[in-house]
Amino acid sequence: MRHWLAYAKVLIVFICISCSNEDTAQYTPTPTQLQIPKLFEDNILNPVIPLNNPQTVEGISLGKKLFFDPILSRDNTIACADCHNPKHAFTDPNRFSDGVDGLLGSRNSMPLFNLAWNYDEKFFWDGSSFSIEHQAFAPVTNPIEMANTWPTVEEKLIQHPEYPELFKQAFGASTIDSTLVTRAIAQFERTLISSNSKFDKHLLGETTLTSEELNGFNVFMDETRGDCFHCHGSDKNPLWTDNAFHNNGLDNTFTDLGLGNITGDPADNGKFKSPSLRNLAFTAPYMHDGRFLTLEDVINHYSEGLKNSPTIDPLMKKVAQGGVRLTSKDKADLKAFLLTLTDQEFISNPNFISP
Amino acid sequence: MKTVFSMLLTLLLVCTSCGNDDNSTIQATNITFNFNHDWDGNQVTNTNFNTLDFTNENGEKMSITKLRYLISDIVFTDENDIETRIDGYNLVDVTNAEGLSFTATSGLANGTYKNVSFTFGFNNNDNYQNYTDLNSASWNVPSMLGGGYHFLQLEGKFIDSTNDEVGYAYHAIRAVDNSVSPQKFQDTFFEVNLGEVTISNNTVFNINMNIAEWFKGPNTWDLNVLNNMLMPNFDAQVMMFENGQNVFSLEP
Ligand code: HEC
Ligand code: HEC
Repeated sequence: MRHWLAYAKVLIVFICISCSNEDTAQYTPTPTQLQIPKLFEDNILNPVIPLNNPQTVEGISLGKKLFFDPILSRDNTIACADCHNPKHAFTDPNRFSDGVDGLLGSRNSMPLFNLAWNYDEKFFWDGSSFSIEHQAFAPVTNPIEMANTWPTVEEKLIQHPEYPELFKQAFGASTIDSTLVTRAIAQFERTLISSNSKFDKHLLGETTLTSEELNGFNVFMDETRGDCFHCHGSDKNPLWTDNAFHNNGLDNTFTDLGLGNITGDPADNGKFKSPSLRNLAFTAPYMHDGRFLTLEDVINHYSEGLKNSPTIDPLMKKVAQGGVRLTSKDKADLKAFLLTLTDQEFISNPNFISP
Repeated sequence: MKTVFSMLLTLLLVCTSCGNDDNSTIQATNITFNFNHDWDGNQVTNTNFNTLDFTNENGEKMSITKLRYLISDIVFTDENDIETRIDGYNLVDVTNAEGLSFTATSGLANGTYKNVSFTFGFNNNDNYQNYTDLNSASWNVPSMLGGGYHFLQLEGKFIDSTNDEVGYAYHAIRAVDNSVSPQKFQDTFFEVNLGEVTISNNTVFNINMNIAEWFKGPNTWDLNVLNNMLMPNFDAQVMMFENGQNVFSLEP
């Protein structure tokens, strides 16, 4: 069974290569592969890379420049990186982010890593944006983010001393448009791979966990204690998220309907995407509205703070008692385990820092 | 997430088209398996989810919010007891309406077979392999429970004896008793025999799961007692296995 699968992968790669060889005259960007970490390769499906936007050296480097450049915003003050700060695993330590006019949104920014492994390609807390490319259109024109228009962005980039040449190198394109901007940014975002936490190294046999961390992992995996693994990955799913939508019992009634607002189905009210638990050390505050400042707050929520509502996930158990009521030792150990998912190399990777 | 079966089909087609130019005697038979679901005769799809529309044998009103399960290893047995096995597995995901149908291509000769069967879940050999698609679907069983994969995840809400709406998570895995060392296991995968069938080209099988049966017999399931934390519950797993024997049937 496995052999046939492996064979299929090779085949698909061939098909992909033969499809993407468009003729680009003198500008031929250099194809490059995502560096798939061993634990990902061994345990989960391949990343999603659209056929019409293969990874190239020039595309990634252009995308990185755009990601850190406030040129995309109306008044040249805000870059993607302002709300997606590499030091914070590409999220914002503020509960709500400042947009161009100092306007605040009502949702906490999201960390950006391992996005290419979001197989359903639903982005944002409520899954409202399909594909990384498509998502990148949104912030530029969002009035509380960059508040710009695409014709203005395109014009600014065309008039710029460097960008026209960079777009030529990346796409062989003689003009610059929004589609190419989002493609370049998406290529950069796909390279943001986080896979070098202490727990990864433990799985690879390169380090050992303390007994507290190990117990914390057992709490995480134990259906009678934390039972986090049904939604947040496991030693077999190194993403540490299912990228699916659930109501994890934050509220009795909802001011933000989340997924329900997108699908129009009341059964989806109060559902938000499970975030990855990697890099929590850098990504506070927590939840879609950044309501929790600390991991203790989060753990207390699951342990005794659950709020009932019609759409609360059935996996949230003992809701009437507020939750499973972990012992203080189990709580402390669970936190210790969660922090083993911290990837220091990710936040200091020179490839991911402002050019 | 595409099923392995469809992968195999594509591969078979590709391989056949590359290699077997002159081998016209091999007949590729397409066999389609559809998975349908009902509650004691009323059809169930994901559009019937999320409302307390069902009543189980024990009398609780209940809803379904999630249903997915694994089937594997389809075997055709001919009149001479010769078995033809279609190796592979399929995750039926009713919640997202994925894997509800798959088509396998086999070298099966047309004619009558005295039995066709599939395995609910994985046999022990298959269960302890590593499957990237199933891992990606968060289908694993924690290694503290012996590892391997879920066979079934059925979740929803019910009205309990004090009239509160409570969640349940009916998850079937290989039964394991963690209170003893070494852990004690009991197999809970089972073979579903669909009986005599006739294969011609493009045969379609409609397999039905009566979801109500999971709560019916021989064990009348009391959700007030058994609603959650069932994975480490050895006895509950054995009861699920027993109740599972009658859930599948072949639609005429
Ligand atoms: C003013 C702050 C701000 C700016 C500027 C901003 N973002 Fe965001 N970003 C957010 C917030 C807040 C969310 C979550 C929004 C939601 O779910 O409604 C988000 C979500 C995302 C996501 C979804 C991640 C996931 O896992 O679903 C991606 C990808 C992303 N942003 C990329 C970008 C890119 C690329 C840019 C620049 C073109 C950008 N952002 C600019 C605040 C910002
Ligand atoms: C039913 C699925 C589910 C289970 C089980 C679950 N979570 Fe969550 N988790 C979520 C969802 C959904 C969110 C986002 C909710 C929101 O923001 O509205 C979340 C958010 C979080 C966050 C915040 C992350 C961030 O970046 O904001 C942490 C930390 C977390 N969960 C840890 C845990 C732990 C620890 C457990 C086990 C005790 C657990 N979760 C069990 C679905 C789940």
